[in-house]
Amino acid sequence: MTSAQLEIQMILSLVAVACAIPGVFLVLRKMALISDAISHSILPGIVLGFFITQDLASPLLILMATLTGVLTVVLVEYIQKTGLVKEDTAIGLVFPSLFSLGVILIARNAGDVHLDVDAVLLGEVAFAPFDRWTYQGIDLGPKSLWMIGSILLVSISLLFLFFKELKIATFDAGLAASLGFTPVGIHYGLMTVSSVTTVGAFDAIGAILVVAFMIVPAACVYLLTNNLKKMLIYAALLSVLASITGYWIAHFLDASIAGTIATVLGLVFFIIYLFAPNKGYISQWYKTKQQKVEVAMLVFMLHLANHDEEKERNKNHLQEHINWSPRLAKKVLKLAFQNNMIVEQHHIISLTKKGVDFTNKALSYISDNKNSELEGMKQNFFLFRG
Amino acid sequence: MEAKIAIAIDDLTVAYNYKPVLWDIDLQIPEGVLMAIVGPNGAGKSTLLKSILDIIKPLAGSVTVYGKPYKKQRDLVAYVPQKGSVDWDFPTTALDVVMMGTYGALGWIKRPGSAQKKQALEALEKVGMLSFQNRQISQLSGGQQQRIFLARALVQNAAIYFMDEPFQGVDATTEKAIIQILKELRKAGKTVIVVHHDLQTVPEYFDWVTFLNVKKIATGPVADIFNDDNLTKTYGINYKASIAEGTL
Ligand SMILES: Nc1ncnc2c1ncn2[C@@H]1O[C@H](COP(=O)(O)OP(=O)(O)O)[C@@H](O)[C@H]1O
Ligand SMILES: [Mg+2]
Repeated sequence: MTSAQLEIQMILSLVAVACAIPGVFLVLRKMALISDAISHSILPGIVLGFFITQDLASPLLILMATLTGVLTVVLVEYIQKTGLVKEDTAIGLVFPSLFSLGVILIARNAGDVHLDVDAVLLGEVAFAPFDRWTYQGIDLGPKSLWMIGSILLVSISLLFLFFKELKIATFDAGLAASLGFTPVGIHYGLMTVSSVTTVGAFDAIGAILVVAFMIVPAACVYLLTNNLKKMLIYAALLSVLASITGYWIAHFLDASIAGTIATVLGLVFFIIYLFAPNKGYISQWYKTKQQKVEVAMLVFMLHLANHDEEKERNKNHLQEHINWSPRLAKKVLKLAFQNNMIVEQHHIISLTKKGVDFTNKALSYISDNKNSELEGMKQNFFLFRG
Repeated sequence: MEAKIAIAIDDLTVAYNYKPVLWDIDLQIPEGVLMAIVGPNGAGKSTLLKSILDIIKPLAGSVTVYGKPYKKQRDLVAYVPQKGSVDWDFPTTALDVVMMGTYGALGWIKRPGSAQKKQALEALEKVGMLSFQNRQISQLSGGQQQRIFLARALVQNAAIYFMDEPFQGVDATTEKAIIQILKELRKAGKTVIVVHHDLQTVPEYFDWVTFLNVKKIATGPVADIFNDDNLTKTYGINYKASIAEGTL
């Protein structure tokens, strides 16, 4: 591995973590679209900044582009507040306008600016190691590395300082406001960090893929854990892992680095979406299926409780009486036997004592939602887990 | 003997996008009452709480808490928002939510430690939720979620409690448990203000009531003012039929 390759991977990893942190909060606040808007509408800020400074890593450029990002949020909220259009419409109105302004600015000045739309949209991290900072002849490393490193440092410090405030303002803005934690201020703080990060990251991975870096890791870990701190840590780890994997795949395929990483992230999400325990698609599908059988079992037990006649309780005539397919009938019987709810004698099925209790409790749960006694049942049956 | 005034509201008008939802409210809430705020959906009950708590800026008027602006009295006040106003899929546990009640006293940046955890555990015990402390909040029933919210307010250890529909989506056992705790708070000299939508239980649960429908219709002791006249003024002429149909 060459030192340039190492540097590229370091830049990518820092970008990945820097994006994942605000990304987690954007996802929890259901504001994924806003990151899309910011990533596009910073373009005019970047272009104007570039006209002035001729340097993509200049602090002035970062400042101007960040302001454009925050301005986007302000405009979206302003338009939304008029009550004439909904939030998604407001976002759709603002960012294409700002973005196209940026495109026009680039096109009008293509002659004398070394900035093209492709680079801005897709980034080119492979060139990052060539743009270096030197101090009195000493090589300090790629500018990108310094820039994104500083942004990450600031955003981690803010996260440590204001973790509690971010959490309460995200979970319960009303309580946060009543306690004096100004959720509006925290909101704009988060928007500013998201904008700075987007500006810092676009050079390496392009404005469009920033969205993938912000949203996908957060969406993945949201399916994996119920703990905010773990969400942040896992999102950071996962995005670093995807970045390095993506980098090497791109290397061997000779493909766009940022594009490959985004694809890897997409695949990872797809796998987690399918297989995540509890919140994954398969687990949800199994849960729904299981609930169906459990409801059927309850119906069956109710039937048993209501009928003393043996002909209604004959194992071989169940289908006629309750009108079930043989497959469902078999599953229901199996579940009920497994849980010692029923006993069978000469093909006649009766409720056990446990079965009678269970039926009564379940009925009262369903009718008046009084669930204090159900804790024991929740362990064994999906039906009562809400 | 004249009771001290806990909350004084003067000429309060509140609007969303310049559409007033509260008009010229004057209201004095005496210390030590257990008060219901009743009114139809959209009457501005939640908005009234939010403007007292400085969550919404009013168009006009003023609110004082024990004679001073709310901003200076935050530590005297606890708030339970409407259950539906938060995302119960948020990645956190029952204990963690209750701990949020300590954030106000902590102030900015300082983090909760073992003292705060102890307070939170005590509150969880009081609402009968100790064994659920590590449960993810989406895995709690509606009644349990409401108990968690109440525990969070108890942790705030305030003089005045505001609760927005604490009985919404709650089972009968929890409702009894909550009202029991509210009555204990009143006995301890606290002022408790509850947005309430079940008119039938008002006389049983509360000793003070405010009728609200954009304007303040009436306020005072339940025994004196909870009558057909005020109910009709607040809910319209057919309020009894509406109660029977369950549409209120
Ligand atoms: N954030 C908001 N923006 C605009 N209108 C709102 C907002 N919140 C509430 N409203 C409107 O204000 C009125 C009063 O609402 P609210 O205080 O929630 O009533 P209540 O709690 O009595 O049901 C309603 O008409 C509601 O639609
Ligand atoms: Mg309300």
